[in-house]
Amino acid sequence: MDLYLKLFLEFAKTGLFAIGGGMATIPFLTKMSDETGWFTHMELLNMIAVSESTPGPIGVNMASYVGYHLAGISGSIVATVGLVFPSLIIILIVAQFLKRFGDSPIVKAVMYGLRAASAGLIAAAGISVAKVTLFNVKALGTGNWGGFLNIKAIILAVILFYLTKKYKKVHPVAFLAASAIIGVVFNFA
Amino acid sequence: MGEIIKLFLVFARIGAVTFGGGYAMLPILQREVVEKYHWATNDELTDYYAVGQCTPGVIAVNTATFVGSKIKGIPGGISATLGVVSPSIVIITIIAAFLSNFAELAVVKNAFAGIRVCVCVLIFNAVWKLLKGAVIDKLTFIIFLVVLLLSSFTDAAPANLVVAAGIVGLAAKKIGGAL
Repeated sequence: MDLYLKLFLEFAKTGLFAIGGGMATIPFLTKMSDETGWFTHMELLNMIAVSESTPGPIGVNMASYVGYHLAGISGSIVATVGLVFPSLIIILIVAQFLKRFGDSPIVKAVMYGLRAASAGLIAAAGISVAKVTLFNVKALGTGNWGGFLNIKAIILAVILFYLTKKYKKVHPVAFLAASAIIGVVFNFA
Repeated sequence: MGEIIKLFLVFARIGAVTFGGGYAMLPILQREVVEKYHWATNDELTDYYAVGQCTPGVIAVNTATFVGSKIKGIPGGISATLGVVSPSIVIITIIAAFLSNFAELAVVKNAFAGIRVCVCVLIFNAVWKLLKGAVIDKLTFIIFLVVLLLSSFTDAAPANLVVAAGIVGLAAKKIGGAL
């Protein structure tokens, strides 16, 4: 089979079955690694690290990375478009459905419950980032209480919290950029 | 045509600064899509995230498709989707070609440790804005809290939680006589 077609189809399969975001693609990518040999498990782990340190969702990044290694820039584009293709079709259909039936009392009743759940999930995601960023949960087991609090990160978080509330007009990206610089200057890692 | 190009460019800009996936994108989406361009409301964004949890694909990408299609139909959806993934293609291609040890560089590690702190503050601010539309009475407060706890302390799949909350909402309105 043509390599481009195979790349497109493999990543479209991942995009179709990975429900609920970037991390959900990892088990499928592990399987793809076993079946195609396009990348090793080690490369996948490196890619997860790279994805944490670059913009963009892990699934999209992995598609770009694998596509590039197999067939250069055009491979990178083909694999990425393959990954997003199934969800593009599905969301376009769901969007049409919502447009047509969005005002029905039944859809409104479902959305009433969904919105609260969605906010709960996003808050949980915030807490999980906070857990690994502000606290060092592993230190608890060793009895090293001082190591549990990531003091530098907590101070930065408190300052950022204050500044984002006080200067609401400032674009979030400005805060992200400033935090990156502070991370480098004060050796956050 | 102008609007379609604008969708591509705005979402490319959003994609370029989305560090840490879909949730981290929310504060940027609120600023660009809700406050600056008025393409969607905070409530609509919450809905898109809920649907994104139970449909295939990456949430950041699904949200782009939603907003694009709301503004300019199918071409708009395609344009916003391609926009949001294009920075990843460019950045990852550069890293794959030149910087195989990118994630190991000390400067990168430190910068991203700083960025992660900011991401968690921004996510909390973003949730605060969503709560006004999402938690409007006792029941929605309970749903919010239960989902938050289950998602934090159990392996419950987000898609199942969202579907269950939808059923609870439907049942409550039915019992309440609104349907």
